Amino acid sequence: MFLFAAAAAPLLPDWVVSLVTIAFANALVVLGLVVLWRAGLVSFGQALYYCIGAYAVALTARWTGFTDAFALVVIGGVAAGLVAVLIGFLLARYREIFFAMLSLALSMILYGVLVKTESLGSTDGFSVATPTFLGYAPHAQALGLSLYWLTLGVDAIGAVLIGVYFRSVAGALAAPIRDNEIRVEFLGVSVTSIIHTKVVIAGILGGLGGALAALAIGHVDPNMSYWTTSGGFVFVTILAGAGSVAAAFVGSLVFEAVRSFAFDVMAQLWQMTLGSVLLLTILFLPDGLGSLVARLRRRGEAKAP
Amino acid sequence: MNGNMSTSNGAILAVRDLEKTFGSLVAARDITVSVPAEQTVGVIGANGAGKTTFINMITGHLTPTKGSIWFEDKEITGKPSREITRLGISRSFQVAQIFPSLTVFENMCIAAAIARRSGSVWGNIATPVHSPDAITEAQATIELFRIDQYSDTPANALPQGVRKLLDIGMAVVGWPRLLLLDEPTSGISIEEKFDLMNVVMSALKTRKITVLFVEHDMEIVARFADRVLAFYDGTVIADGTPTETLDNPKVQELISGVRLKTAAGSAGHA
Amino acid sequence: MLTASAILTDGLVYAAYLFIVAIGLTLIFGVMKILNVTHGSFYAFGAYGAATAVGIYTNADWPAAAGFLFMILMGLAVGLVLGIILERGILRLVYGKDEVIIVLVTYATFLILEDVIVLIWGPQSYAAYQPMVSAGNIEIGDLVLSNYDIVLVAIAALLAGLAYWALKFTRYGRLLTTVIFDRETAAAFGVNVTLVYTVTFIIGAMLGALGGAVMAPKIAVTLGIGVEVIVLAFAVVAIGGMGSIEGALVGALIVGICRAAAVHLVPQIELFVIYGVMALVLVVRPYGLFVRAQPRKI
Repeated sequence: MFLFAAAAAPLLPDWVVSLVTIAFANALVVLGLVVLWRAGLVSFGQALYYCIGAYAVALTARWTGFTDAFALVVIGGVAAGLVAVLIGFLLARYREIFFAMLSLALSMILYGVLVKTESLGSTDGFSVATPTFLGYAPHAQALGLSLYWLTLGVDAIGAVLIGVYFRSVAGALAAPIRDNEIRVEFLGVSVTSIIHTKVVIAGILGGLGGALAALAIGHVDPNMSYWTTSGGFVFVTILAGAGSVAAAFVGSLVFEAVRSFAFDVMAQLWQMTLGSVLLLTILFLPDGLGSLVARLRRRGEAKAP
Repeated sequence: MNGNMSTSNGAILAVRDLEKTFGSLVAARDITVSVPAEQTVGVIGANGAGKTTFINMITGHLTPTKGSIWFEDKEITGKPSREITRLGISRSFQVAQIFPSLTVFENMCIAAAIARRSGSVWGNIATPVHSPDAITEAQATIELFRIDQYSDTPANALPQGVRKLLDIGMAVVGWPRLLLLDEPTSGISIEEKFDLMNVVMSALKTRKITVLFVEHDMEIVARFADRVLAFYDGTVIADGTPTETLDNPKVQELISGVRLKTAAGSAGHA
Repeated sequence: MLTASAILTDGLVYAAYLFIVAIGLTLIFGVMKILNVTHGSFYAFGAYGAATAVGIYTNADWPAAAGFLFMILMGLAVGLVLGIILERGILRLVYGKDEVIIVLVTYATFLILEDVIVLIWGPQSYAAYQPMVSAGNIEIGDLVLSNYDIVLVAIAALLAGLAYWALKFTRYGRLLTTVIFDRETAAAFGVNVTLVYTVTFIIGAMLGALGGAVMAPKIAVTLGIGVEVIVLAFAVVAIGGMGSIEGALVGALIVGICRAAAVHLVPQIELFVIYGVMALVLVVRPYGLFVRAQPRKI
């Protein structure tokens, strides 16, 4: 899928390239949420890492003049990852609603700090310098395509790595932890340690997504850490379902498409549209779009001779 | 059973002067027992008599206030439960603790994969779950416990007896040398109890595992144990062959005696 | 000295606001184990309803007290209607599902309702300041207090007292307490848990709307007021313990005083003081100050 998307890019209109870039940047955050969701955990504060990644990129460019996109994205991921390692010690001790609420609180703390920080532009935020790519400094359409390919590249690497993770002991323990955490402990595994790893993975992915988004949008502001941003990511996770790595990307695309469509067609009522879509998905497709795809595929296989 | 504990005299498990108090409550006291390898020990006693405290101290979930525990000539007193599991001591549960959303095979495979990996963070990430080794072990254990026909059944759809077998199987797939069974036949109908225990005990004998099992059903204990420990009021009041222990007048008075009042042949709690 | 009393009074007023807003949320969570994001919608609808009411009585030239009462009643009515519609229409479909799923359903409903507000009241702001202005001010020493704020505190105290009395001394209140404590056992004793749920949700909705109605004269009634209230209410409830009314009271007081202190002493941290307190409390007492963890039975 990624190769196809990469190849198709030059043929697509600018707004599609832009939309897909944003969607795939957000997809990384969603992938992180999927990692947590499989273990039965929902983070209502993933925007924290998204925001950290974005601001890390913006601040690095602003303070050091360094604009290489590859390096900036890595910095975003690392910054968010370090925070996740620290927070993870705390967060890994909680489950269910309390995990969700604590993660929410932490993201809102960052929001509060950013809003009150005048030097960072307060609620307005500030703009991100134009990225360069190992010395190459594209403009306009070429810039859009470069960012697009960068995002696809990061996504592809992430997808492969996470796929490997899901097949490992730590990844496969997600369902057992959700089912019967105590038995997992009795088998000799530290559940806290496994969850800590998941928090860190989700944090890194969130940071990478935020970094890419910052470059693509060209602007950062405290709203990136607001709970409604986290809510949006959770929304997509539900839409996509936790069934597969691909689900995160498909779900993000669908979400961005629906959001753009809603904005264009009924700008005043886009929230209602989104809300209705979410509600209908939960009621009729509780395992997300991913399960729909899986169901269709199974029916196709059953029909084949 | 007393004597020098610097070596275990061939005993796989040895506890000496074990005591556990919670504030002013004495849950267990003066327990000194030595279990030779491959012995099957039945543990009887009323609820609250100290059996579970005893088990929990061996598995590392409770730290004794006094005394020591030795496993294969190494002292394990107070070690964390994860380490004790890794050293080769495993347990099963009164209410089968399994993973309902996975199939029997998946349950077993996860347990097998966990048993084979190193305990580090990197070990967890780097070890694939469906490695050939894990799959082989899982299948072997499923066959050992005669539940192969349920291999692809989701665990939440299993009959009660199979759930128990799966639970015990998961504790055994990593080849522990000592297994603690907590009321293996509780919740099982009378007709199935003996069949279940036959399968379990022959499986454990095949793997040469030393067993301590807690039971309330005296007939099961009489039939399957090489030796019986009777607990009362936090300490061991009798220790011998099943016949010796169950015929012991004190045991009959304090533990199995109550059973005479209920209908004969029923698996009442003492 | 002035600052200390200013902090105290500001804190008390803010605490009153938080308590009124949070009590409905904690009630619904305690009884139904639902973290109700739509609570923000109840608040918003209450505020808009109140604004409409204020418009009506101002044009009709009623006396201030009657107008105030009318505003309150309008808020409660809005909450009642909305509560019934949501509970019977949407919530009923997802009882028994995973807690987190239900939260997402309420989030989706909140999003939908945000735009329903636009459909009903349009995108413009409303002003409903008349009750606050007509109440006037009072001077105590160097402090100038708005009488309306004092009324707010009185309402909060009244609600707290009412809740306490209702839970301890009325039949319904005691039923509620049993369901909060252990739903299964309550059902086994013949309590009609479904009915308790419905009634509780409606009461919670009315309380949420009341919060909005009572706050309308103090704020600009505009789009998005529900959004911030949700997180604030959550924070208060998380601090006090889900389902605990005393907890909501104590939580509101703690947050209110802390925030007032921040505003007067260290303004930079004002916005996140509440979340900082919440994070701190959750670290030490993950279930809140007044709620114990329930041990899992094997």
